Amino acid sequence: MEHRAALEDLLVRMADDALIYGHRNSEWTGLAPILEEDIAFSSIAQDKIGHALALYTLLHQLGHPKPDHMAFMRQEHQYRCCHLVELPTQDYAVALMRHALFDYAERVRYEALRESAYKPLAELANKVRGEIKYHVFHANTWLRLLGSEGTDESRARMQAALDLLMPYALGMFEPSPYDDELWRSGIFPGENAIRSRWLDDIVPVLESSGYRVPSIEALEPTVGGRRGYHTEHFQPLLDEMTIVFRLDPDAEW
Amino acid sequence: MKPATMLTHEMVYAALEDVHDPEIPVLSIVDMGIVTDVTISDSRVAVTITPTFVGCPALDAIRTAIAHRLSALSIANVEVIVDYATPWSSNRLSERGRQALAEIGFAPPPRFEGEFEPDILLNAQCPYCGSSHTVLRSPFGPALCRAIYYCNDCHQAFEQFKAIG
Repeated sequence: MEHRAALEDLLVRMADDALIYGHRNSEWTGLAPILEEDIAFSSIAQDKIGHALALYTLLHQLGHPKPDHMAFMRQEHQYRCCHLVELPTQDYAVALMRHALFDYAERVRYEALRESAYKPLAELANKVRGEIKYHVFHANTWLRLLGSEGTDESRARMQAALDLLMPYALGMFEPSPYDDELWRSGIFPGENAIRSRWLDDIVPVLESSGYRVPSIEALEPTVGGRRGYHTEHFQPLLDEMTIVFRLDPDAEW
Repeated sequence: MKPATMLTHEMVYAALEDVHDPEIPVLSIVDMGIVTDVTISDSRVAVTITPTFVGCPALDAIRTAIAHRLSALSIANVEVIVDYATPWSSNRLSERGRQALAEIGFAPPPRFEGEFEPDILLNAQCPYCGSSHTVLRSPFGPALCRAIYYCNDCHQAFEQFKAIG
């Protein structure tokens, strides 16, 4: 198969983002500030882990290990998620702002992939984008409720979250050595294209919701995740996420 | 064992009517519209299904139930394929399925034309009293395909099977 390495790299990046973001969201199960948000974050976690499973299944069909082994048995440096999804969130404002920044990017990514020359991915993207619409819908509600319709305190906390997260959000689009090949082969338009469409979408939404968007050009994106270099938060996350599976990797669940 | 060629599509679909969604058991998988293809050849029957939501945890149970139900037709070789070639949309729910939902207090998903937008979720008709004076409490519910509402007229909480496309 042509462009196999490029395609696999793309699938691993996307699957790992979905898995780790889903896991971080699931940490709010039972702890979110109100019951509806508890359900929302748990549901979004379930959706994301479902997307990860679908992507790992495509990888399995290309000869990679089984989805559960991809999710739970790799070493830290083999994961390709971006740093944004690794960050722990003790502050709900940070969780909500990350949700908005990440899901707007997911929307752009899956929208573009509907046209992918790799048909199984195009079919999956066509399905996933409907679910992402609900995630973006949820993010929009809270951006507005805590921003333009919020209090001084809610706006300040969301603004601090945005200022903290923007360099990490830009790191979602860390260039890949395969970008050019993916673009030429019609599989994926490349990270630069996705980044620019994302900025076109997210900046007006943030501004109309009452936030100041930091000067994008002045920021240094937080990169490394796509090459297997992770934050200090990632190994502890893996330890916790994988502990049960690793007790008996061949168990039937 | 019957040769599969004696089987008709009607027989297979009739059997699949007995397979129900474990999360909303009043719905058969045929009424849900998740069966997208049935192919009968000499030695095998292939049933293609597509999930309502990609992360639907009921999928494995549905798969097993299909294989189990079709084995009762003495089909030697049953294959259940899951793919997204025909993606599920809430418009695929049958009229009978929509009625079954309403009878147990579930608002059926609003139908939509063209591009689906989640704003469609903001309007729901109360399945108990028929009022449209309802409010969306959460676009997420006890299962991925369910949203939570409150009716301001009969003061009853209810759920809607979510529209998606």
